[in-house]
Amino acid sequence: MAGAVPAHSTPPPVPSTESEPHVGDSYLAGTGQHSHRSPQQGDSRLAALPAAARSGRDLRRNHRLGRVRRAGLEPGEFVSWRGTATYLEVAAQLGILAVAVALLMIAGEFDLSVGSMIGACSVIAALIPTEFGVSFWWGVVAALIFALVMGFLNGLVVLRTGLPSFIVTLASLFIIRGVTVGMTRLITGRTQVGGLQKLPGFDSAAAVFATDIPFMGAAFPISIIWWLVVAAAGSWVLMRTKFGNWIFAVGGNAIAARMVGVPVDRVKISLFMTTAAAAWLVAMIEVTNSRSADVLRGEQREFYAIIAAVIGGVLLTGGYGTVVGAVLGALIYGMVRQGVVFAGIDADWVSAVLGAMLLIAVLVNRYVRQRALGVRG
Amino acid sequence: MSEATTSVLSRPLPPPGSELLALENASKYFGTVIALEDVSMNLLAGEVHALLGDNGAGKSTLIKILSGVYQPDKGRYLVEGQEVHFTSPREALARGIATVYQDLAMIPLMGISRNFFLGQEPTRGFGPFRRFDLERANEITRAELQKMGIEIRDPEHAVGSLSGGERQSVAIARAVYFGARVLILDEPTAALGVKEAAVVLRYIAQARARGLGVVFITHNVHHAYPIADRFTILNRGRSYGTFARKDVSREEVVQMMAGGEALEELGNELEEFARRDAEADSARRQEAAHTEEAMARGFKREGIEAERGSPAPN
Repeated sequence: MAGAVPAHSTPPPVPSTESEPHVGDSYLAGTGQHSHRSPQQGDSRLAALPAAARSGRDLRRNHRLGRVRRAGLEPGEFVSWRGTATYLEVAAQLGILAVAVALLMIAGEFDLSVGSMIGACSVIAALIPTEFGVSFWWGVVAALIFALVMGFLNGLVVLRTGLPSFIVTLASLFIIRGVTVGMTRLITGRTQVGGLQKLPGFDSAAAVFATDIPFMGAAFPISIIWWLVVAAAGSWVLMRTKFGNWIFAVGGNAIAARMVGVPVDRVKISLFMTTAAAAWLVAMIEVTNSRSADVLRGEQREFYAIIAAVIGGVLLTGGYGTVVGAVLGALIYGMVRQGVVFAGIDADWVSAVLGAMLLIAVLVNRYVRQRALGVRG
Repeated sequence: MSEATTSVLSRPLPPPGSELLALENASKYFGTVIALEDVSMNLLAGEVHALLGDNGAGKSTLIKILSGVYQPDKGRYLVEGQEVHFTSPREALARGIATVYQDLAMIPLMGISRNFFLGQEPTRGFGPFRRFDLERANEITRAELQKMGIEIRDPEHAVGSLSGGERQSVAIARAVYFGARVLILDEPTAALGVKEAAVVLRYIAQARARGLGVVFITHNVHHAYPIADRFTILNRGRSYGTFARKDVSREEVVQMMAGGEALEELGNELEEFARRDAEADSARRQEAAHTEEAMARGFKREGIEAERGSPAPN
């Protein structure tokens, strides 16, 4: 991503008084010129810019996770229902990823490709219906199939080559991002696809992925429900099923697991497919919320998901951790991210806080683990 | 898999003394390296058969053939009288041949009951709601471990919190519970202290009492001799033969393990040490010269280190 504008050069997301309905990820305060523009407008404007500047602008619009609707929230409203809705939305979008990433990490593998998977899925979901004139749902399904295939390939390459998944998925992170940007520009001449709300089937998709549920005077996005469903399912699988036992085993000692008949490859590949599917779900939520797709969507999300999992007590080396921990990790992330903004602190500091939290969490986890193993039963 | 195990479980164990396994003139080569040459042995129900040998004697190769990892290049492998060609340890396991490896027995970060049932989890419910019946797993684990004298506070505690001997015992208990009729134990006492080793040996004796056949691989004669009914001694890929305990003394076993010539050499060397020590002693007594004393100490230290540097487990 040469020419990418560093994240901190963007205007801080001060709680603004904009009160647009469905203000999503890409409709960021401070880059308001993108709001409500027609695709043609955007096209000509972008065409006038050099490619580097264009991708810089793309990045600026998307560098942050889960842009919150800021409907006139004031500092101090953090503990209100409306404040809760904003940090829960941030937590939900990361949490969906973090649950899947945590399961994979417990199984002893990493998936760094989820970030670019989000971008690829969102573009596929938008391009299929716009290019072929079919229902938006075909895009949704195609994106899911793409995600599952890529997840399968990630797992296959890791297992066949024996290379660390960190390296393999780092490669696929860049490959997927590069191909997404290249293909999208080749097909549309741009790096965003907008105006999705006009597509047939979009409204029903938005009802599934982007509805607001009014509760106590605040609008809770449905992504929170998705998060809870994914978390409950993930936790149940991990703690209460045979497969869950195998997840712990392949992460704890893959050779020993294989000796007693655990299908190690199958477990790992299914989990790579799960993380890809989680990235797909996040992409669908973002696409329907913002009614547009962007090739750079999901950047750095892979790191945030790992941070959430590690803060939640998942062991980096595998074999240990819980889904509930990852959920709490994502919640903490959401609260810190939004809390800093609500507290009137410049959002530039969020990364520093997160980094420090990550370090502290790892130290605490190590201590807990040593106690768990050290105390004789 | 579970079906195969169940079928073995449901069949009664053969009567004590009947043949469970037999290897006839088995050879295994890795390229030009002869790992095993013309080795024959058998295992009876209700016996502990010790497989003894120094490092590189071919013990590992032999157990890998027995447990289904390798196939012999020459010779036959019979299980209960039938010739078999295992292509994986799973197939051997399905025939009731369970191998407990020294360091791969357990996953330390997982709970005891989760380890115990790994790969054979009991389930409850139907369809997508089929779940791991952890309560039952905990109950059975606790009961099985109690049978062998290991009291655990919580079956969900990490295996890492157990001692080495307890871990080995849990692994053995697991194999027995899942219907093993042949237990292949790879150096189960190698990394253990005396008391810990005793725990494992006691459990091996219990498994024998239940009518199982146990192949006990070790290079430690002192662990093998008290418990084994028969010994097969390997040296450089060849078998010295199988001996009943009543026919052979501990010293003879040691001698065969080390290989005749090697031991003779060792004997000569030890004599040489003793002679020099004695010389040094007398010299010291006569002259009390500091240089001589230092030399003698040097020899002694060498001797001690040679003794300590016992072969590492293979």
